Amino acid sequence: MDRSAQAGPAANVLAWSVLLFLLLPITVIFPVSLTDQRFLSLPYHGVSLQHYATFFTSERWLSSTWQSLVIAVASTVLAVATGTACAIGCWKLSTRATELVRALMLLPIIVPSIVYALGIYRFWIRLDLLDTYTGVILVHGVTGIPYVVITVSTALANFDPRLEQAARGMGASLGQTLAWVILPRIMPGVLSGAVFAFIHSWDEAVLILFIASRALFTLPRRMWDGINENLDPVMAVAACVMIMLSMLMLGIELWVRKRRSE
Amino acid sequence: MAEAPVAPAPRLLGASLPWWLLILPALVLMLVFYAYPLAEVLWISVTEPEPGLGNYERLFTSASVQRVWMTTLRICVITTVITLLCGYVVAYAIASAPPRLQRWMFLLVLLPLWISVLVRAFAWVTLLRRQGLVNEALIGLGLIDEPLRLIWNEFGIAVGMVHYMIPYAVLPLYASMRDIDPRLVPAARGLGASRFEAFRRVFLPLTRPGIIAATVLVFIFSLGFYVTPAILGGGRTMMIAEYIKLQILDLIRWGLGTMMASTLLIAILLLLALVSRLVDIRRVFGQG
Repeated sequence: MDRSAQAGPAANVLAWSVLLFLLLPITVIFPVSLTDQRFLSLPYHGVSLQHYATFFTSERWLSSTWQSLVIAVASTVLAVATGTACAIGCWKLSTRATELVRALMLLPIIVPSIVYALGIYRFWIRLDLLDTYTGVILVHGVTGIPYVVITVSTALANFDPRLEQAARGMGASLGQTLAWVILPRIMPGVLSGAVFAFIHSWDEAVLILFIASRALFTLPRRMWDGINENLDPVMAVAACVMIMLSMLMLGIELWVRKRRSE
Repeated sequence: MAEAPVAPAPRLLGASLPWWLLILPALVLMLVFYAYPLAEVLWISVTEPEPGLGNYERLFTSASVQRVWMTTLRICVITTVITLLCGYVVAYAIASAPPRLQRWMFLLVLLPLWISVLVRAFAWVTLLRRQGLVNEALIGLGLIDEPLRLIWNEFGIAVGMVHYMIPYAVLPLYASMRDIDPRLVPAARGLGASRFEAFRRVFLPLTRPGIIAATVLVFIFSLGFYVTPAILGGGRTMMIAEYIKLQILDLIRWGLGTMMASTLLIAILLLLALVSRLVDIRRVFGQG
């Protein structure tokens, strides 16, 4: 074939340099976490697990990890339950009003976290919810809803609405239709939404600066302080722990999807 | 939307009521815990410390406010331009690669999206600081004698931001290239256009929607970006998000802080409104 539609060698070299640039920061974190030195560097003489040992015996790091997990799980449940229901309702009705609702649900993706952080900080001061699990879970849950609405709406777009009508026509109640007809069909979308919402909360580093200070110290929060104060190799371990859990979530999602499609 | 039935109103309401009940929890959560606090930010900006537009006057009178905006805009423009160039090359290479390779290239583009912003900023600190890996490697190779100042300045911020934004540029750009008839460029070449001319006069104009979408997406995300500029700027180069945080948490000047936040929000919404006239906005976000 005519090769003129192909990218030239120069374009390809440039493109691959950019792709390597994208990969660079992720690839250095793992070796740095295995350093045998007491400061951030690549391993000099050999690899060492000493900083992993420090991390997994440090009460502060472990409690932060635990808090992050609890908050991420609870806010994911909140986001998935409300977001999925909302997406289904909007899909079924699809009027101008529900279009507006859907646009409203996307707001947290468009508005910078810093702007929302001020509002919720002020609100939580008044409701006395600063530095509480309830406060953080609500905030992470609400800002996780958009991801669920997007993925579930995408799944619903491929769902034949006549199936729902048929089920209702044969006498199934709304609850039965949801549980037996609609939900099983859109489960992959719900699952993706859950993974997105989980990672959103697990990684969230801006809102937490405002709404938690002492009692709650999530993993990103502790890393934030570490980066600004002492650049300790334990930070690289914490970074690896954060990456690993996200990758684990993605792996589970891929695995479930593959099993379903078989 | 168009198929609004002319059924009797009460029955229609009765039929759609259960579905509205499904929507309700998310709607209430979003209104009470998102929209209301956001509205309050706007409200505080015109009521504290005293009612009126006094806070907004500082946009025109305060040198520090203007400096922060100028720094922010400058860094955003630089980031957007570099990101677009890098993203375009990558999207172009992906679009013209064989399908098997395409999947791998996509994986590389999407992988960073799954890594926490904070972790990536931290990685850049390890790489770019004075005793960082890049400086050590350059000195080890004998290319430089003194470590370069790669971080805690605008250069560091730009590196971190470009890295964060590239995937957001590649996705809409690739989408616009995928739709181009692959026979067009060869046809132009066949008619005597040079390689460059075929690209400039045939391919490039066809990717215009993708370019607009990518530019807006990257620029908007850059404007309110907090984590990366705060860490890689090291407090010396201050962008708007960090300035806002400083006003609220450290100086407790709510009026000034909320005014800057409101201006940021309004600027972003205006940009979106402007662009929605040029391209289908839902497609832009559907792909992000």
